[in-house]
Amino acid sequence: MGHFTEEDKATITSLWGKVNVEDAGGETLGRLLVVYPWTQRFFDSFGNLSSASAIMGNPNVKAHGKKVLTSLGDAIKNLDDLKGTFAQLSELHCDKLHVDPENFRLLGNVLVTVLAIHFGKEFTPEVQASWQKMVAGVASALSSRYH
Amino acid sequence: MVHFTAEEKAAVTSLWSKMNVEETGGEALGRLLVVYPWTQRFFDSFGNLSSPSAILGNPKVKAHGKKVLTSFGDAIKNMDNLKTTFAKLSELHCDKLHVDPENFKLLGNVMVIILATHFGKEFTPEVQAAWQKLVSAVAIALAHKYH
Repeated sequence: MGHFTEEDKATITSLWGKVNVEDAGGETLGRLLVVYPWTQRFFDSFGNLSSASAIMGNPNVKAHGKKVLTSLGDAIKNLDDLKGTFAQLSELHCDKLHVDPENFRLLGNVLVTVLAIHFGKEFTPEVQASWQKMVAGVASALSSRYH
Repeated sequence: MVHFTAEEKAAVTSLWSKMNVEETGGEALGRLLVVYPWTQRFFDSFGNLSSPSAILGNPKVKAHGKKVLTSFGDAIKNMDNLKTTFAKLSELHCDKLHVDPENFKLLGNVMVIILATHFGKEFTPEVQAAWQKLVSAVAIALAHKYH
C-alpha cells in the first residue's frame, strides 16, 4: 500500500475540491474509450461508440464516468485504507465484470491527463506526483481481490 | 510496425511545431525524476536532485531533457520507421546505460501530461490518442534491440 504524506493528501484533496465530478467523469471515461479503444469491449450495452465525438457525447458514457469518479471521490476521503474502500468493487470487477486490472492503470493515467488539461500550470510536478501515487494506489486496491 | 494514419501524423506534427523543445525537454525529464523518483538512479552524475525545485532547476536535467526531446523530434519525422530511427539508441540504452524499458513508457506518459498542461482543451481525445500511440511506439522501438 502506498503511503500518502500529509502533503500528498492536502494536494489531492485541494485539487479534487475544484473538480466537477460529472464533467470530469464523462471526459475521463470517454477518453479511455477513445485513446485505448479495446476498452470499449466492456461497454457493449452503451450504444454508439463509433467515433470520438460519439463516445464523448454518449449519455451512458457520461453517466458511468460520473459514477466511477464519484467512487474515486470516496477513495480520496480514505487514502489510508484504499484496499478496504475498494474491496467490494475489486470483487465485482474480477468476478462479474472480468476486467483486466491493467485497465485500472490506464484509467488512472487518463484521469491524470484530464486533470493536467484542466489545471494547466497548476498541475505542477509535485501535484502530478501525488496524483500519480493516488491513481496507482487505487489501481492496486482494485486489483487486490482478484483471484 | 505501428501504422499511423494521416490524421494521427497531422495531430502529432501540428502540436509538435508549437512546442519549445528546450523548455519542454527539461520539464519532461524533470517531471519523470519527480513523479517516479527511482528514475533518479540513472542520473547520479547530475548533481543536486534533492527536491522537485532542485530537479527542475538543475541545468544538467534541462540539457539532457533537451537532448532526449530533440531525438523525439527525429522520431516525429520518421513515424513510419521508428524501429530503425531508434536502433542505435536502443542498443545504447540496453548495452551501456542498462535502462529498464519500462522507463520509456513512464517518460512517454510524462510527455503526454506535459502536452495536456500546455495545450489544455486543444489536447482533445483524438489528439491524445495519436500522441499516446506515438509514445508507445517510441517506447517499443527503444526496447527493440534489447537482449
